[in-house]
Amino acid sequence: MMSLTLRIWRQRDRTKKGKMVTYHVTDVSPDMSFLEMLDVLNEKLILDGDDPVAFDHDCREGICGSCGLMINGIAHGPEQATVCQLHMRSFSDGDVLDIEPWRAGGFPVVKDLAVDRSAFDRIISAGGFISAPTGTAPEAHSTPVPKKNSDAAFDAATCIGCGACVAACPNGSAMLFTAAKVAHLGLMPQGQPERDTRVLKMVAQQDAEDFGGCSNIGECSAVCPKGISMETISRLNHDLLGALRAGAVPMS
Amino acid sequence: MPLELFTVGEPIADTTAPRDVPLPDRWNERKFRARLVNPANRRRLSVIVVGTGLAGGSAAATLAEMGYRVKNFWFQDSPRRAHSVAAQGGINAAKNYRNDGDSVHRLFYDTVKGGDFRSREDNSYRLAEVSAAIIDQAVAQGVPFAREYGGLLDNRSFGGAQVSRTFYARGQTGQQLLYGAYQALERQIGLGNVEQHPRTEMLDLIVVDGKARGIVVRNLITGEITSHFADAVVLASGGYSNVFYLSTNAKGSNVTAAWRAHKRGALFANPCYTQIHPTCIPVSGDYQSKLTLMSESLRNDGRVWVPKERGDDRNPKDIPEDERDYYLERKYPAFGNLVPRDIASRQAKNVCDEGRGVGPNGLGVYLDFSDAIARVGQPAIEAKYGNLFDMYNRITGENAYETGMRIYPAVHYTMGGLWVDYDLSSNIPGLFVIGEANFSDQGANRLGASALMQGLADGYFVLPSTISNYLADGPFPAVDATHPAAVEAEQSVRAQTERLLSINGTRTVASFHRELGRLMWDLCGMERSEEGLRKALDRIPEIRHEFWTNVKVSGEQGIFNQNLEHAGRVADFIELAELMCVDALHRNESCGGHFRVESQTPEGEALRDDENYAYVAAWEYTPEGEPPVLRREALEYEYVHLAQRSYK
Repeated sequence: MMSLTLRIWRQRDRTKKGKMVTYHVTDVSPDMSFLEMLDVLNEKLILDGDDPVAFDHDCREGICGSCGLMINGIAHGPEQATVCQLHMRSFSDGDVLDIEPWRAGGFPVVKDLAVDRSAFDRIISAGGFISAPTGTAPEAHSTPVPKKNSDAAFDAATCIGCGACVAACPNGSAMLFTAAKVAHLGLMPQGQPERDTRVLKMVAQQDAEDFGGCSNIGECSAVCPKGISMETISRLNHDLLGALRAGAVPMS
Repeated sequence: MPLELFTVGEPIADTTAPRDVPLPDRWNERKFRARLVNPANRRRLSVIVVGTGLAGGSAAATLAEMGYRVKNFWFQDSPRRAHSVAAQGGINAAKNYRNDGDSVHRLFYDTVKGGDFRSREDNSYRLAEVSAAIIDQAVAQGVPFAREYGGLLDNRSFGGAQVSRTFYARGQTGQQLLYGAYQALERQIGLGNVEQHPRTEMLDLIVVDGKARGIVVRNLITGEITSHFADAVVLASGGYSNVFYLSTNAKGSNVTAAWRAHKRGALFANPCYTQIHPTCIPVSGDYQSKLTLMSESLRNDGRVWVPKERGDDRNPKDIPEDERDYYLERKYPAFGNLVPRDIASRQAKNVCDEGRGVGPNGLGVYLDFSDAIARVGQPAIEAKYGNLFDMYNRITGENAYETGMRIYPAVHYTMGGLWVDYDLSSNIPGLFVIGEANFSDQGANRLGASALMQGLADGYFVLPSTISNYLADGPFPAVDATHPAAVEAEQSVRAQTERLLSINGTRTVASFHRELGRLMWDLCGMERSEEGLRKALDRIPEIRHEFWTNVKVSGEQGIFNQNLEHAGRVADFIELAELMCVDALHRNESCGGHFRVESQTPEGEALRDDENYAYVAAWEYTPEGEPPVLRREALEYEYVHLAQRSYK
């Protein structure tokens, strides 16, 4: 069993100022997940009449993308896995942990450690899709896809939209998120007709949100729990350049 | 059966499937007979959709594409996070790409048989019929299914089926299919056809003049409680596995939307049909918040055992061969470790109940790979199951190549849900229920890779065709928040919220949830007995009473308050738990996931009683203290011959 000191960001809502508050947790089992450790803290806070720490979480098996915290300055903590998949055996008795929400202009704080990531949805809404209304689909086998492309598309499509890439980026850029979708759809034959407009619209929406620009630092990919590769950003830049050379006017 | 448990009401029947034509023609015939809405008139009609999983997301996108005005509500921050995202295995479709004898009829037959002859033939047939179109639709959206080197789609076999009809995207099929629906939905949001309400939870149904006309919701960030109205309401709010507290469901998955609709008159069907998966990672301590499923393919090479002696806590490597009990191989020599899910689960429970379980709290059995590793070498095992061993290592910190795994069953799907007819309409006109939230096409047991199929079948193809028959009577007279029905519903939501916050007792919401879950797992889980169910029915009202007098809910109503959200959901789970136990007690037979110890063959297999229980049990809500009313829908089998399932 371990005892830890937690310094947690507390903020009532997006309009109020926040601050770090220190808590001590004891009897932490190394088999607990990081979020279960926070559950235990919250149970104690509730019984003591204090306000429990708000944090987003849902599936707790690393696929929904809800959870995300900075632990000692690293997005999702030390294991390159979502924080729900991080277990306390990664820490030692007596550790002091700074726990903060994603810090990025594009992700305003909702409360404590929960942030508003709706900007990601707006980027998808701007163009992160293939226009194929229900009922219009041809027979699935009428469109063969080379396995190599299909596998590469899948790798990009595994992005869970957690936002760790933005939180880790010194510029607060959403480029890896946007690029993952551009790469996924651009690698499939079904995605070709909208390939130029897709990248232009998604980049324009990304610029319209409060995200910074990409300067190819690579922190994003280093913390991505799904290991989305920097290659997707090259693909995005390739598609963007291709669209502009073909005569498109930048939308941002 | 003493009468005070429930009373029997009028039978209920589906009247929308055209039974005057042969089964294979019924869906086409229903679409033809359904009234349509002219495309120009659709924009005058509005539909509320609750949920954005495979069913809700696909329905909201499709209805918007058709021209209806859609209002979509979900409790997560983004529609991409609905729990469908976590489905691993695959999706069935009767494409017969493998030329191995598959057909719509075979998928239909497998579904009815897999459901242990407790599903409606018409619905199961239609599910099989539209399955192929789902694959076409998903491919058109760019879903990156697994492919062969020739560029065509790959298939695998699943869940003991004799044909290869499962399409998959590595172990993330649910995620990829959900993103397909999500992107279609986001496209419609961008076009202005869907009004979105993220982080918003449905807390009541508004019924006006007998029709579902709206919902009361709480904005989870501001706490604001408001009413929203439409010409029809579609619930796609998922299943209720979290009544067991520990399940493979996401933490937020809940029964609240469905249960509040039930309290407004919607019938709840077959609540006791729950499915338990045998190979999950066991509980490691009281702090455990959820369970993680591991593919049951591991049982192909792993041998399941526990020590012969109870309380033997030696390192498994130090337990000699003759002191181990390979109980599945011993009891089922023909099938061994590959017995069906329900048997594997039940037997694990039995040995643990005998005190021979392993691991920190005695709720686990070993899944041992040492024989397989000795036979084919560790690299071969790594190639087959490497990702599962990694996942096990991440969660437990153990190297399973050396120690073997510890596994235990967990709840992961619920076949019961709100009663619907062939049109997917509940008994309240204007209230439609799709996906896992309805009582489904799955009968008493769901086959692997059929949940994704049903969610998308309902959302993309079935509901959009049937809802027009209802909306053709609209638009209905405008209703707003001043209507007495809306005022009353909003008032009751506010009153409950205030009450939860004012009790200020000494126990947390989670402690009640854990206690309820443990009780349900022990007494209404893998094995149910009259004695146990009666014990549960004595205890649940006590838990309910204590909850409403001694729960401590933190904070205020007007802010982001996750503890308050949880409290409302647990209150509903407590009520649902009672109905589940009544349903399980009244159904004095074993079928699919429902195993009554009183009803088994001499070999210990589930024994159905078709003479007395070949019906859907649809329950009518009655206020606390009054027994619920049972409305039976007789199940008639014209095309499938009823038979006892056998694994010998």
